[in-house]
Amino acid sequence: MTRTARILIAKPGLDGHDRGAKVVARGLADAGYEVIYTGLHQTPEQIAEAAVQEDVNAVGLSILSGAHMTLFPRVLELLKEKGAEDIMVFGGGIIPPADIEALSTQGVAAIFTPGTPISAIVSFLDDIVPSRL
Amino acid sequence: MENKKQWNEEDYAPLPLRDANFTTISGEELEPLYTPHDLEDMDYDRDLGYPGRFPFTRGVQPNMYRGRLWTMRQFSGFGSVEDTNQRYKFLLEKGQTGLSVAFDMPTIMGRDSDDPRAEGEVGRCGVAVDSLQDMENLFSGIPLNEITTSMTINGPACVLLAFYLCVGEEQGASLEELGGTIQNDILKEYIAQKSWIFPPRPSMRIITDILAFCSRKVPRWNTISISGYHIREAGSTAEQELAFTMADGFAYIEAGIEAGLNVDEFAPRFSFFFNSHTDFFEEIAKFRAARRIWARHMKDRYGAKDPRSWMLRFHTQTAGCSLTAQQPENNIVRTAFQALSAILGGTQSLHTNSMDETLALPSEKAVEIALRTQQIIAHETGSTNVIDPLAGSYFIEALTNRMEEQAEAYFRRIEELGGVMAAIDKGFFQREIADAAYRYQREIEKGERVVVGVNFFQNPEEELSMDLLKIDPATEKKQRERLAKLRSARSASEVDRALEALRQGAEGDANLMPLIIDCARSYCTEGEIIDTLRGVFGEYHENILF
Repeated sequence: MTRTARILIAKPGLDGHDRGAKVVARGLADAGYEVIYTGLHQTPEQIAEAAVQEDVNAVGLSILSGAHMTLFPRVLELLKEKGAEDIMVFGGGIIPPADIEALSTQGVAAIFTPGTPISAIVSFLDDIVPSRL
Repeated sequence: MENKKQWNEEDYAPLPLRDANFTTISGEELEPLYTPHDLEDMDYDRDLGYPGRFPFTRGVQPNMYRGRLWTMRQFSGFGSVEDTNQRYKFLLEKGQTGLSVAFDMPTIMGRDSDDPRAEGEVGRCGVAVDSLQDMENLFSGIPLNEITTSMTINGPACVLLAFYLCVGEEQGASLEELGGTIQNDILKEYIAQKSWIFPPRPSMRIITDILAFCSRKVPRWNTISISGYHIREAGSTAEQELAFTMADGFAYIEAGIEAGLNVDEFAPRFSFFFNSHTDFFEEIAKFRAARRIWARHMKDRYGAKDPRSWMLRFHTQTAGCSLTAQQPENNIVRTAFQALSAILGGTQSLHTNSMDETLALPSEKAVEIALRTQQIIAHETGSTNVIDPLAGSYFIEALTNRMEEQAEAYFRRIEELGGVMAAIDKGFFQREIADAAYRYQREIEKGERVVVGVNFFQNPEEELSMDLLKIDPATEKKQRERLAKLRSARSASEVDRALEALRQGAEGDANLMPLIIDCARSYCTEGEIIDTLRGVFGEYHENILF
């Protein structure tokens, strides 16, 4: 039985720039996903916990503070510890190309840089997560 | 009027139009042509007047840029205080005329570099400042009595101000000589920038303490930089940016009055901070409308008597949210036009963005180009020769008038909601901004609004070849070690005494600034000072909406 795919959109760390996260959250909701938005100032622990509790298919991290090389790996690590490796991690923000490569090697499924249309994120998720109703 | 009707019917209307959007970037409908008829109800003396005179539509100084150019003030900071000190000297050498400090996220949120929540964040989006010692090193070799400094800091503004004043005094300056600005605009934090610490009431108490302290002791200090920049960056329209900023300003005026101050004691040292986005004319109209709105309300509604209380002085930053990661060199062009808007709008101070800021903090090369942009406008374009050169333009005046009207309509709505604080609680601003941001994104995705390089005129095979700024990875570790050394070198009893005095002051109604300065001198860290206040005031938590 198919279920509606669930996506967690999260703001890890101290970064307060939430325009992108909110626009993406709303865009994904409009596209038919069930979206949970964590709000600001979440620790990686809070995010991993929420991802498991909410039984999501994917977690999108938005980071504009430059702390992405610490926060993405930490979330991946915690999901692994919780046995939730099947939860796919993607994200966006202010992340230079060299770091995108490095994060990809570590298991981040995609990074959507400024200018990415929401339709591209929806396409990506449609390919990656179980069918939507 | 008959001629226009005739022109429209016979000449204009029959012609085919391009497949394009003729609204402003904020979605405002525009006529194809403006004429004297559009300004029929205007009165030159009442609505425009002269620069340096009420209602200041044409500028706040009588001689504007003939007397003094705007301050070229590049927002800057990264890594350690040594890294940033070096960048400040680079920028000063290249001709910038004022300093502007960008702090890292832990500093912005009132946390020390060794706080668990600071991991990965130290020095990443700004400079790490944990104590007076860091501040001393930040301004090493830079005489604070010879330059003004703006500090983008809000929740912990009281602490960074204390650090700065202490450094100034250590350098031999008196408090009367020190000039600068702290952003210190907590209302827009709840609305847009989200770097709050405490809940609204104690935050306003801290702000009114700063107003009282500075009006008596640091007369050249701009105590608040009432900001629209971040509201715009969060996705608002130009009209919302204008209205919400002015409303915040009025709320601070009322808070100061309620705290027992005479409006003319503190209002002259309010300053403003606007965005300069890409719709060229809309921005110019916005700046002019802002000056007139402030002047009218301050004189007629709040009864301020000192003309300096009626004057809206502002800093501008070109729109970060307009920059593209695609074909980043195009950002140089965007920034140039946005800078010109600000100058034609009469800004007192200007930061121009660097082309690489969608990818990293500015490299030396990129920030030099950004600064040269200002210098070219100042010295080559002739834009500074004539004061308020666009005044009298049928379009510009009509748009200025319209923006003032729309702002007034928003003021009425905010009043109906119970004022700015109540409107924040109800999520009014946040929802307006989120809706505008989403609407804008939809326009881009539907191709109704063009962003060159992003949805049109793309280079699909583009590969980035810029040298981007990299933060020294050892920064965080070095900063933690420095903190550990500081904590062992200073007098623990002095620290405890100062923090205890602060705690007691916070629980009572003492002015907190002298107590915080005392903490600063004892080398209490920012985190320790803020934690003490957090213990008394609590923390703010927002209602989540998207």
